[in-house]
Amino acid sequence: MYEIRIHSRGGQGGVTAARLLALAAFRDGKYATACPFYGAERRGAPVVSFVRIDDHPIRVYSQIRSPDLVVVLDSSVMETVDVLQGLKEEGTVLINATHGMDVGGYRTYSIDLTGIALRENLVVAGSPILNTPVLGALAKMDIVSVESVTSAISEMFSDERNVKAAQAAFQELVI
Amino acid sequence: MTEIPKEEYILKCTSACAGCSSSLILRYVLKAAGEDTVLVIPACCTSVIQGIYPNTAMNVPIYNVAFAAAAACASGMSEAFAKAKKKTNVIVYAGDGGTVDIGIQALSGAFERNTNFLYICYDNEAYGNTGMQRSGSTPTGARTTTTPGGKMHAKKDLAGIVAAHNPPYLATACSAYPMDLFKKVKKALSIEGPKFIHVLAPCPPGWRYPSEQTIEVGKLAVKSGMWILYEREYGKVTINGPSKAAMIKPIPIEDYLSVQGRFKGITREAVDMLKSQAEKTAKHLKLEEEGIC
Amino acid sequence: MLTIATGNKAVAAAIKEIRPDVVAAYPITPQTEIVEQIAEYVTSGELDSRYIPVESEHSAMAACIGASVTGARSFTATSSHGLFYMHEMVNWAAGGRLPIVMANVNRALGPGWNVWAEHTDSLQERDTGWLQVYVSTVQEAYDATLMAFRIAEHHDVLLPVMINLDGFTLSHIMQSLETVELGDFVPPINLPYAIDTASPRGYGTLTGPNDYFRFRWDMERSMRDSVAVIRETEDEFARRFGRSYGFTEDYHCDDADVVVVSMGTIGKEAEVAVDQLRREGMKAGSMRLRWLRPFPDLDLSGRDVVVIDRDYSFGFGGVLAQSLKAKCGVDPFSVIAGLGGQEVTYDDIASFVRDRRIGEEHWFGVSD
Repeated sequence: MYEIRIHSRGGQGGVTAARLLALAAFRDGKYATACPFYGAERRGAPVVSFVRIDDHPIRVYSQIRSPDLVVVLDSSVMETVDVLQGLKEEGTVLINATHGMDVGGYRTYSIDLTGIALRENLVVAGSPILNTPVLGALAKMDIVSVESVTSAISEMFSDERNVKAAQAAFQELVI
Repeated sequence: MTEIPKEEYILKCTSACAGCSSSLILRYVLKAAGEDTVLVIPACCTSVIQGIYPNTAMNVPIYNVAFAAAAACASGMSEAFAKAKKKTNVIVYAGDGGTVDIGIQALSGAFERNTNFLYICYDNEAYGNTGMQRSGSTPTGARTTTTPGGKMHAKKDLAGIVAAHNPPYLATACSAYPMDLFKKVKKALSIEGPKFIHVLAPCPPGWRYPSEQTIEVGKLAVKSGMWILYEREYGKVTINGPSKAAMIKPIPIEDYLSVQGRFKGITREAVDMLKSQAEKTAKHLKLEEEGIC
Repeated sequence: MLTIATGNKAVAAAIKEIRPDVVAAYPITPQTEIVEQIAEYVTSGELDSRYIPVESEHSAMAACIGASVTGARSFTATSSHGLFYMHEMVNWAAGGRLPIVMANVNRALGPGWNVWAEHTDSLQERDTGWLQVYVSTVQEAYDATLMAFRIAEHHDVLLPVMINLDGFTLSHIMQSLETVELGDFVPPINLPYAIDTASPRGYGTLTGPNDYFRFRWDMERSMRDSVAVIRETEDEFARRFGRSYGFTEDYHCDDADVVVVSMGTIGKEAEVAVDQLRREGMKAGSMRLRWLRPFPDLDLSGRDVVVIDRDYSFGFGGVLAQSLKAKCGVDPFSVIAGLGGQEVTYDDIASFVRDRRIGEEHWFGVSD
């Protein structure tokens, strides 16, 4: 079972990213679950979502304690939240950042998702949309296939800019 | 002259008190509504009046429902009939307790949602079914078992509350004027949407007057201006004949109060309060009728 | 069609397939998504139902009752405080013998405000005459909602059915969902004694003790008869759609020396714990109770029983533990866990089994 924890702030699309990722994994023929951790969070407060991907039906509902991958959509949450908590030794980190980052010795990928969203004019109510570009990065990391990412995004969003942003992130991420 | 149908929908086996005006009101309501009608009854005197299982004194379907639930239950019925393309009349027939107090939330919701039904409140100004405790509709000065010294607070302006929902049709009526009531029910049922009729229902045991005086007491209420007969159609107010006459030349409200045991020993202040409330209501309705407010 | 959905969306998808005449509902966390999705279906024309946006849960159930008694099919959804606000009408629906179906998203009760999973809400409604089923996956939420209507409307039953799913844990999780073409699996509703102005009857009339008592006995007889109807419905569902359920979901119970009994999503997590314990050499099993009413006959004799109650009856005990004591003659290790959304992991469940103290009660994380 591959376990992913997504850190973001309320309103940034972390929950939707988790759902898109689960849908893409499902389109790959895997079993997947996505669940947000709901607290009394408000817009702007740090939030986490969980995605599990497996070849077998998933019977675990509790929160992910030792993820294989940590995704950080907003690096500013790292000031208050230990995003690496429980991360497996051989685990991976994906961070939305304008420059390369080294996080606690883990294999870390950085990509400017915000920049991609702004370039693609993917902005809603003044906020750049991160949940669709991040799927492109995850496809590049081979978590899900790029075909499934495209189909999952098209299934949930009609605006083609979302798919374009994901494709841009796929191109941009250096592995 | 309006023909009152001969069909009876209340059979002669009710368990109503002698001189019960509610039975009289319901008899005319059903004559006006006809057989394609369903009654929704929350806890009230009519819960008892209709008889005991397996019998029923009602010759239309009657759905008894919990105290606070009548208007919501009627909403479900009305929508289900609409879905089935049936034109069946859905009429809530509720007392003042089930309307102005515990049922007011459901009533407000059903009117706000533009439910197609007729809500009739028969108002005997107290919780009659449980033996005359005060309700929000009990007038100032009236003695009930929970206001043994006379009620300190004013009667809730139910018609005003309902009017604030802007229903297409709202009327008041009184058991002493059954033809007036009959016509109003007919008119209400010809209109689509939420309709409301507030009927004063004198109650011999509760108001403490002899059973045979039910019609007389109702007439005194109207003639003294303590109860005003009017209609509000799409917001336009029409004061009806008997109340028009009473506004020109009212009888003293003491004539109405003195025949009822519940007002025995009422204080001067309470009488003055009742008078000023009645005058204020009349003045307001007149201004509305003239289109001034 | 194979897709992925949340528990809430799965219930709404089942309702779209069932096509009730009337849906009356009031939003409440974590159920809101169900009624929002149904409102969306109705607005878009995908579902031809009358949607009544009532002003309270009391009115939601009252409106379902009013619709149902005309012979219409009606549905509502609620949770926690909403369920309690409609408590009076929940009783009325069952006593009125109306086959209403309701989804309840299990949630804790205030104070303090808590929106997370707990079973105390629906368990406090267990004596109302409603059938109650507890589900553990998105697929099961969908399937149980479809089956609920066929069971409720069966003339041997004519009692309302409540589908219970854990707040957030199941209502908001995304899992795979296979939707079905219902066909004639749920026949058109045909309520005997529906309101008919050509044949007027009194409903809920003042009723003396003898008749009243007889009505209650009729309810109990129907509750007992519902066992066969549930079996028949689930068998037919399995035949048509390939998924079978049952009164309990048993996992490695046959040769088990110790069985974990629970309801809802904890029951799935318990299966993972059983795998772990079996790897350690312990003959453990899991029994997830699905139908709480009617309560099934369970054979738990001759083995240790660990019961996980996500509920409590103050001054008495865990409702499930006490029910098993009374109905199955077992003396379980009673674990109270998961109240107010407390996390209960498979590791935790495995340790309940390892450290079981038969006959005792343990409040996970707070007692000792």
